[in-house]
Amino acid sequence: MTDTALVEPDVLERVLGAALARGGDFAEVFVEDRKMTGISLDDRRVEELSSGHDRGAGIRVVVGDTTGFAHTTDLSEPGLQAAAEAAAAVAREGGGGTRRVELRESRAAAPNEIRTLPSEVAKATKVELLLRADDIARSKSDSIVQVSAGYGDSRRRILVANSDGLLSGDDCVRTRFSVVCVASGDTGMQTGYETAALTVGFELFDLRSIEDVAAEAARRAVTKLSARPAPVGVVPVVIKSGSGGVLFHEACGHGLEADHIVKDSSVYTGRLGELVASPLVTLVDDGTVGPNWGSMAIDDEGRPAQRNVLIENGVLVDYMWDGLSAKKKGRASSGNGRRESYQHLPMVRMTNTFLLPGADDPEEIVAETPHGVYVAHLGGGQVNTATGDFVFGMTEAYLIENGRITEPLRDANLIGNGPDVLSKIDAVGSDFDMCPGTCGKDGQSVPVGCGQPTLRVTGVTIGGTADA
Amino acid sequence: MPELIDLAEAVTRHADDRAGEEVEAYVSRGRETSIRVFEGEVEQLSSADSAGIGVRVVRDGKQGFAWVGALDEAAAREALTEARDNVSHATFDEHAGLARPDGVRAAALDLWREELAGFPTQSKVALALELERQVRAGDSRIRQVVSSDYADAIGESAIATSTGISESTRRTTCYLFVYAIAGDSDDTQTGFGYSVGRSADDLDVGKASADAVDRATRLLGAKKPHSSRLTVVLDQRVTATLLGIIASTLSGEEVSKGRSLFADRLGEEVGNGQLTLVDDPTDSSAFGATPVDGEGLATRRNELISGGKLMGYLYDTHAGRVARTNSTGSAVRGGYRTTPGVGARAISLLPGELTQSEIISAVGDGLLVQSVSGVHSGVNPVSGDFSVGAEGLMIRNGALAEPVREMTIASTIQRMLLHVRHVGSDLDWLPGSSAGLTLAIDDVSLGGE
Repeated sequence: MTDTALVEPDVLERVLGAALARGGDFAEVFVEDRKMTGISLDDRRVEELSSGHDRGAGIRVVVGDTTGFAHTTDLSEPGLQAAAEAAAAVAREGGGGTRRVELRESRAAAPNEIRTLPSEVAKATKVELLLRADDIARSKSDSIVQVSAGYGDSRRRILVANSDGLLSGDDCVRTRFSVVCVASGDTGMQTGYETAALTVGFELFDLRSIEDVAAEAARRAVTKLSARPAPVGVVPVVIKSGSGGVLFHEACGHGLEADHIVKDSSVYTGRLGELVASPLVTLVDDGTVGPNWGSMAIDDEGRPAQRNVLIENGVLVDYMWDGLSAKKKGRASSGNGRRESYQHLPMVRMTNTFLLPGADDPEEIVAETPHGVYVAHLGGGQVNTATGDFVFGMTEAYLIENGRITEPLRDANLIGNGPDVLSKIDAVGSDFDMCPGTCGKDGQSVPVGCGQPTLRVTGVTIGGTADA
Repeated sequence: MPELIDLAEAVTRHADDRAGEEVEAYVSRGRETSIRVFEGEVEQLSSADSAGIGVRVVRDGKQGFAWVGALDEAAAREALTEARDNVSHATFDEHAGLARPDGVRAAALDLWREELAGFPTQSKVALALELERQVRAGDSRIRQVVSSDYADAIGESAIATSTGISESTRRTTCYLFVYAIAGDSDDTQTGFGYSVGRSADDLDVGKASADAVDRATRLLGAKKPHSSRLTVVLDQRVTATLLGIIASTLSGEEVSKGRSLFADRLGEEVGNGQLTLVDDPTDSSAFGATPVDGEGLATRRNELISGGKLMGYLYDTHAGRVARTNSTGSAVRGGYRTTPGVGARAISLLPGELTQSEIISAVGDGLLVQSVSGVHSGVNPVSGDFSVGAEGLMIRNGALAEPVREMTIASTIQRMLLHVRHVGSDLDWLPGSSAGLTLAIDDVSLGGE
């Protein structure tokens, strides 16, 4: 729903006209109003209950290959005009004359309906959830010595208007809940983490039970108390469905962002139409898939979110694009222009990135692996898009011996090279799961989703300390 | 524009003293400019003013917090009202409370350069362009300069409490950053370089460009090494990253909650005798230097590890009360949007005697680690497990040999500290909260072929 209450359309038209008064090819006003609540429970105490409110506008002016940008917290017409002038400073040389912009409002469907606005739920109810999670986690094992739990919700209303006449908006509600447990035993301390996060309101807790989240975090910590050091060296790896999606986020997701492509800083540059992965790999980025963490109605340039097939049966089909990179290549944006807030310029970002399921039985994949590592849960990762080298951390893993999952392993990173690891995927399961994450790029964080079925990579380097 | 401290004090005057209510207001405002050039042209020029207020209220042992990204009376009112409402839902905590003046005088630090405010945009653009030009000209194998950035920030903040704190600080910072790709017929490698300072005079274009060029080109032809157990020589930047992690485990808050591998180990030998670790935000050469911490108390020099022995932890007011000790002036806050927490600002090892090349020569055989990746996913500050991606150069017969990549190095933080062999003399303050120097550590697992 477009919220014209943030700034009136006729004001936006005049500000856009002013932004281009000194010349320039494109101008945009991005208005944002975000309210959030955060509660953290630690040691059975509500350590922090905080509320935040941000409201402002970012204005950019594009002149040739140069972008000028300024932002302000002053949403009055003079405030916006001043920001427009600052952004237009890059166009000082050109004489633009009078530019008239006429906005046409468009509406994009929300990925899902919000049933219960978190702002309408009492803070006491939210606190109650955290206390319950603490109770549940501690009830799972006497070795749980520490529980912390976090709750967060945000409502982000945005309005985008640009000199092409676009006027669009979104009202996006996100809710998250996470639990971290510390277990203590003879071998020291171990941690377990689990999170539930969706682009929904308070109905998050109808979709994901607090009990499951807390129990899962506790189980991970306790399991690792008996873990032995992970092997070191190259081993076959089976990755359970869900959090393993971070593999694709790092191994190729970032490298398929068009800003890296237009600057020739990705290993995937110039490889459209080529086989860049095992034929079992079909990879999709889709901002419209239901309540997932990276879903949205429009991106932060006002373009409706869409489904983009990136790799089909191993062949590179397309990259992800924002407005600027698309314009350079004379094509349309793919709805991947995102920004952390009105204080940031948009750039190419992923939404929900996932591998489509295959035909193999997940249990068979393990049974047919004589020796290797089973990764049940992955943490974050990092990639160098130019070389393709990437790492990701295992936070729950086991040895596979004679086709059976056996002993738990301590945390370790895995390292691989994107195109190499993608070519070594030799089994893709028929199951599927999605997982929330926070993606950082160039100092900006945005919520994303990752997903995959159970799969096997014939060889990845594991950074443990035990001889393989 | 009213003075920030007046705005902050005005909020604290609303505290209901008779009801035992304590109020803290943290206000900040700043102006940032950032410029990115690409292929000899300005790609992005961004200028922005930002301002905000964060209000903390403590009443009956309960704390509430709220922030608003604006600086006017309405914003202050909204933040105070919300923070008070949040108090009612918090849990009673006997240790809750704001900082009180503790008699320690704030160090006189000069962190402000008036000339940065008047430094013209065209000169900033020229610096970024010159950096890009020097990197491109630095080596024929540099095939792309992905970005060359200049950025600066002028910021002031003030903190006042109804318990008697009233402090203001201001600082200027600027930096250059360049990211380059080197390539030959069959390989691509990357490197970045930077320079930081308080005014443009501090910026060293030559050093930033040489770093980016060297780091990218010397890795060309890198291969995946065989797995082994060896001595690693950590480059300055890598050591700074490691110190940042160690500092987080020395937070008194984490220690009290049993979430630190250093809990209950005061007085024990936790590292090699060459190791002395200090957090000293009063050292004005540190990038994170500040006279006043995130609660308005004076910062001070804290020795955490002395000759390998664990001497103490870092505390803010709350963590200090829990541990029945005083704040060490170590409250940090990430701007007006967050409450203070415990953290280091200027952590460094006392430098040793040897330069990096002397250490390489003394080590004989091993690995020079130029950069690490996956630190946030591969290091567990509770268990101490350490496993990160790495790239660098092998050390053979006391000299740098072939480049290596796509490998991991792994150990535990506990073992790494005990196995330190050499501490370098090449101390350098890096952006962030730690100083780098070359550090040689024995018996680390290298994961490769």
